[in-house]
Amino acid sequence: MSNYVIEAKSVEKTLGRGAGEVRALRGVDLSLRRGELTLLMGPSGSGKTTLLLVLGCMLTPTSGSVTVCGTSTSNADREKLAKIRREHVGFVFQSYHLFPTMTAAQNVQLALDIRHERGARAAKKSRAALEMVGLEQKADVLPGGLSGGEQQRVAIARALVANPSVVLADEPTSALDGKNGQSIMRILADTAHEHDRAVLVVTHDPRVVPFGDRIVEIEDGLIVEDRWGKTDRPRMPRTAPFGA
Amino acid sequence: MSLTLTLASRNLFHDRLRFVATLIGIVFSVVLVMIQMGLFLGFGRMVTTMIDHAPADLWILPKGAKCFEDPSLIDVKVRDRVASLEGINSAVPLVIGFSDWRMERGEVTPVFIVGADQRDSGLQPWNIVEGNAQTLQQGGNVAVDRSYFERLGVSGVGSTAEVRGRKVRVTAVTDGIRSFATTPYVFVDMKNARNYTGTPRDRASSILVQLKSDADPEKALSAVRAEVGDAEVLTADEFRKRSRSFWLFGTGAGAALFAGALLGVIVGTVIVAQTLYSSTKDHLTEFATLRAMGSSNAYIYSVIIYQALLNAVIGFCIAAGIGSIVVQMTAKSALPIVITPWLMAALFVLTVVMCVASGIGAIIRVVRIDPATVFMR
Repeated sequence: MSNYVIEAKSVEKTLGRGAGEVRALRGVDLSLRRGELTLLMGPSGSGKTTLLLVLGCMLTPTSGSVTVCGTSTSNADREKLAKIRREHVGFVFQSYHLFPTMTAAQNVQLALDIRHERGARAAKKSRAALEMVGLEQKADVLPGGLSGGEQQRVAIARALVANPSVVLADEPTSALDGKNGQSIMRILADTAHEHDRAVLVVTHDPRVVPFGDRIVEIEDGLIVEDRWGKTDRPRMPRTAPFGA
Repeated sequence: MSLTLTLASRNLFHDRLRFVATLIGIVFSVVLVMIQMGLFLGFGRMVTTMIDHAPADLWILPKGAKCFEDPSLIDVKVRDRVASLEGINSAVPLVIGFSDWRMERGEVTPVFIVGADQRDSGLQPWNIVEGNAQTLQQGGNVAVDRSYFERLGVSGVGSTAEVRGRKVRVTAVTDGIRSFATTPYVFVDMKNARNYTGTPRDRASSILVQLKSDADPEKALSAVRAEVGDAEVLTADEFRKRSRSFWLFGTGAGAALFAGALLGVIVGTVIVAQTLYSSTKDHLTEFATLRAMGSSNAYIYSVIIYQALLNAVIGFCIAAGIGSIVVQMTAKSALPIVITPWLMAALFVLTVVMCVASGIGAIIRVVRIDPATVFMR
């Protein structure tokens, strides 16, 4: 079985039409593997969010191919894409996007609920996920009663609880102070290293660079640099062995 | 249990003002429909109250008679021919008609005379709370309902008045025999009924036929039909349906009641649709987050449907409470509102359908959600 959970090959994505048409991605090859935290960095408008959306099955590529855990997103309709996300992908959003009327535990449990995992077992798994991010004491607190860092930790617990193969995080530290940002990145690094998941973090926060096993830079819809980070992790080939 | 119900209830109760506005809309709508349909049922029962209480399996009527109050007459000789048929237990003429009631203080009011031979098994007053129906056999004795005391200027047994210039005395009082037309019923003996309504001795308004318990209803009906000439023979059920049809639909009263009910449904649907749509719009980011997390459309629809169902159940319970108060308040009125268990069940289904249908707009809005929007906010 391939160690690569996401494989993107020659991905192009054109957004808009006519005069407003933008080639957001111009032939991207990128593979993410388990046990690795990859940072996707680049200036505003470089295409990193578009790439995240394509890798996260929110968008399908205009050309090229994306395979998530062996399932191609080509020609997939909205329900099929949702199914792939449900089965394989966990998301962490910049603005957390927690449900304000539900407790931390219920927010986490929602990720199981949409997968039809319900009852006491789901509740137990949700509490365990909160414990993993150090928030077991805040399980019954509404998001409004949590700090920004705590809310982001709940969001991470929600992304992890269903045991996805890949976690995609969009600017997870941008709304946090340095200490909380470090804490969040440590959790994401643990997610990759200790729980053997592929983690992709889109960021332009230089403070998170030390946490990256791999740093991918994108500019004008093209990957311009793909290098190892400064962590002590064992290194593997950077590109997926397509056709291998 | 799924969290969809929890999410739906939190979405619903989060904005209390909107929730209250939604409930008011639903309650207004359901109560309006309930009252209109309750009036329909009440009216339907009132127009057949005499038929319901008449001891008749078959009615011999003037051809084309539309209702109990139809003033046409038939030849009373039919009675003797029918009474001798096999399977017939009795055939009793009935005389009805409008007349004038002059109170002791001189005022005159119209009344509706119901006259049957009190020695036969004809149409007798029921629910007698004072006096005795047997007394009607004697000349000038009448039975009236106590709800019309004021209209008739009487106070109970022993009160006197004049009908068509003839002195009458109240010797029996009933409870709950009300006329939908608000004209009081006055029960009298056959002979008096002819005098008070000007009906000739050889004519009658109808003949009430009772079958023997072992008679074959179909055979008896055919036999009676063969004997009545120009008259028409209906079973009690047929006559009931024809009367209801005439009063409810022939007069437009039923259409008006249905139009009111339809208006209630439209108002309720629009209000619930509007509030559900705006609630959904307010929670679009949450729905988009669910979609981004990989939830199916069906999961999101179920949240909206649960919101609609919660609206329906809570709204209906309040409306049902108000409805039962209205029923009690109108129980003794000229036109009581009747709410049967079936009507209640139908209203509940209607409320649910109305609320769920109202969610269609919200669902259409949610279908168009782009989950990618959560990365832009």
